Amino acid sequence: MVETLTPKPAPALVDPDQQFGQRASRQPIAGWGNFPVEECEVYRPDALNDLQEVVARAPEPDLIPRGLGRSYGDAALNRDRGVILSHRFDRMLAFDAASGVLHCEAAVSLAEVIETFVPRGFFFPVTPGTKFISIGGAIAADVHGKNHHSNGSMGEFVLDLRLLTASGEIVSCSRENNAELFWATIGGMGLTGFVIDARIRLLPVDTAYMSVQNERAANIDALLELFFESDGQYSYEVAWIDCLSRGASLGRSVMMRANHASLHELPPESRGAPTAFKEGLKTTIPFTFPNFALNSWSMKLFNEFFHAIHPNASKVVPCDNYFYILDRIHHWNRVYGKRGVVQYQFVLPRESSRAALVEILERLSEANRGSFLAVLKTLGPSSGGMLSFPTKGYTLALDLPHTGRDLVDELQAIDEIVLRAGGRVYLAKDACMRPEVFGEMYPHLERFKAVKANVDPEQRYASSQARRLGIVDAS
Amino acid sequence: MSGTEGVLLVGATSGMGRALARRLAAEGHALLLAGRDVDALSAIATDIEVRFETRVEARPFEALAFESHAGFFEDCVEHFAGNLHGLVMCHGQMPEQADAERDFALARRMIEVNYLSQVSLLNLAALHFEARQAGFIAVLTSVAGDRGRQSNYLYGSTKAGLSTVLSGLRVRLAKRDVAVVDVRPGFVDTQLTWGRPGLFLVASPETVAGDVLRGIRRGRAVVYTPFFWRGIMMIIRAIPDFVFRRLSL
Repeated sequence: MVETLTPKPAPALVDPDQQFGQRASRQPIAGWGNFPVEECEVYRPDALNDLQEVVARAPEPDLIPRGLGRSYGDAALNRDRGVILSHRFDRMLAFDAASGVLHCEAAVSLAEVIETFVPRGFFFPVTPGTKFISIGGAIAADVHGKNHHSNGSMGEFVLDLRLLTASGEIVSCSRENNAELFWATIGGMGLTGFVIDARIRLLPVDTAYMSVQNERAANIDALLELFFESDGQYSYEVAWIDCLSRGASLGRSVMMRANHASLHELPPESRGAPTAFKEGLKTTIPFTFPNFALNSWSMKLFNEFFHAIHPNASKVVPCDNYFYILDRIHHWNRVYGKRGVVQYQFVLPRESSRAALVEILERLSEANRGSFLAVLKTLGPSSGGMLSFPTKGYTLALDLPHTGRDLVDELQAIDEIVLRAGGRVYLAKDACMRPEVFGEMYPHLERFKAVKANVDPEQRYASSQARRLGIVDAS
Repeated sequence: MSGTEGVLLVGATSGMGRALARRLAAEGHALLLAGRDVDALSAIATDIEVRFETRVEARPFEALAFESHAGFFEDCVEHFAGNLHGLVMCHGQMPEQADAERDFALARRMIEVNYLSQVSLLNLAALHFEARQAGFIAVLTSVAGDRGRQSNYLYGSTKAGLSTVLSGLRVRLAKRDVAVVDVRPGFVDTQLTWGRPGLFLVASPETVAGDVLRGIRRGRAVVYTPFFWRGIMMIIRAIPDFVFRRLSL
């Protein structure tokens, strides 16, 4: 049985006479893309009353919560202003094995959830390409996985959450209770308040393995055909696209589809412990590569290699191997050198997607802007989060080495193509979008601003991204 | 270390305590968490129970109520039905040196918490482990105890005293197969050190906790954590006094 969160008594008000006792550490920080890097006043409160004190009294004009720093751009940055790390709120509070509901604090990571609960037969229902994200961050970005078309985004699985708002109040919200605030917070990039804890419904699984089927596609049309015909058969679908191939093989790709393996699919030696969690081998990129290390030649080589090692085949692999290939290489972002990487992800409605995808792929391929990892996925209907990214259609994610102003221009040009095709760009990855474009891509922005004006009229919560995109006032 | 042996962790709400509690539970120990803030202890206990499906309880412990220590310790022994296998202590405080120099009450409280309360518990624990003829005692001291430096010699002296106690206790209990581990961390990334200028080579509490557990497993006498502090402190101890006087350490 699932109970609702017990409402907290009135917040322990911070004593106005006492001196502000929390220390900030001024540091240059960045998102996972290492671009941009900004000096911020970083707080790391140890307990709830410390957190309340920071929100109530920190001298900076505004603050943004930050979890494990896996958003790529400036979503969890706040230049010369406050950033609140959630790190010390890392406790699991309760787990109900009957319903699979986990109640935990914001900084618990997806990796911890998987390691703890896969052996008990539960998987995280929505998993992006990395497991080193926090629950709070997953809620703030309303993250999606390779199974969005079948399971939806993070918001689907959040039963309720508690938010520390700008006024210092702890507000419990859910679909039934403070629903507007709930849907503003799901995908709200931390701008409605600090998520303290949440209750998440986990996904029951029979095994810790994935039954994977790889299939090559010669070009973009063959790939879209594969997506079309497999509709519904696989919970997880992702295609890796070679961005450097041109002409008739534009969009050459490998489709990787999977379902959670059932017991009888496992090799006999694994059936004794079907939910035993196996972590893949790990390695670390020890230093930041020189900027020239990634060039069109090395990327071509990588793309050929990747294609060659993925023939058409079916296999059963531990879940870690299917979902988190890059997590096995710690600090993989260092490959991109000091200049960093810009992740760019957009979604296009199905009807208009082929033309726009071809246009964008051709642009990139002509500019010789290869992407180490370009992945295409299908998305289902949106969760209801006002600033949530996922909407029905195809989504392409690209890692582009940051080459300077020309890349920003290029991406802003692609923004226009995406906008014209009726699509939108993902805020957790965005680092360069212009506010006019953003406003048109997100039709519920005004509704979000109304909730924000209500819960945070002084704009105590704000980020560099929110200022850049005009979600809060730029001053 | 066998599975269901009980460990008493004193000072469990500190950053280091929290990391230690998780590591101990991950190794399969049943835990008693002791400290002043019982609500905070309970939250940590619940977290560990959810993660590791093990038995964890919280116990109030008042370091300065010396007369309560015997009852407290007896209760802990009883809780594990005589199977209390380990004691880990990481409670302590570190006021600013300048404040402690001027305000004796502050210095005295630090000495009482960091030294006297630990001696009191160690005396009780020594009797228990002597009789049990197995187990371990691990205490977090500090590299600050290795040599008095002008920047924190008062704090350092409490840790130096504690290290001396542990050194003697180690010999006393060695015959009974009880390991006494003196853990000396350098700078650790906790709320105490967050945002303070001038710190270097700051280690995470998880690193320290891992080193503590390894030290216990191997029955080490003195564990520097991270390991390189052993070398740093060797150099600092070797600096002749006439040079040391001129340094601003």
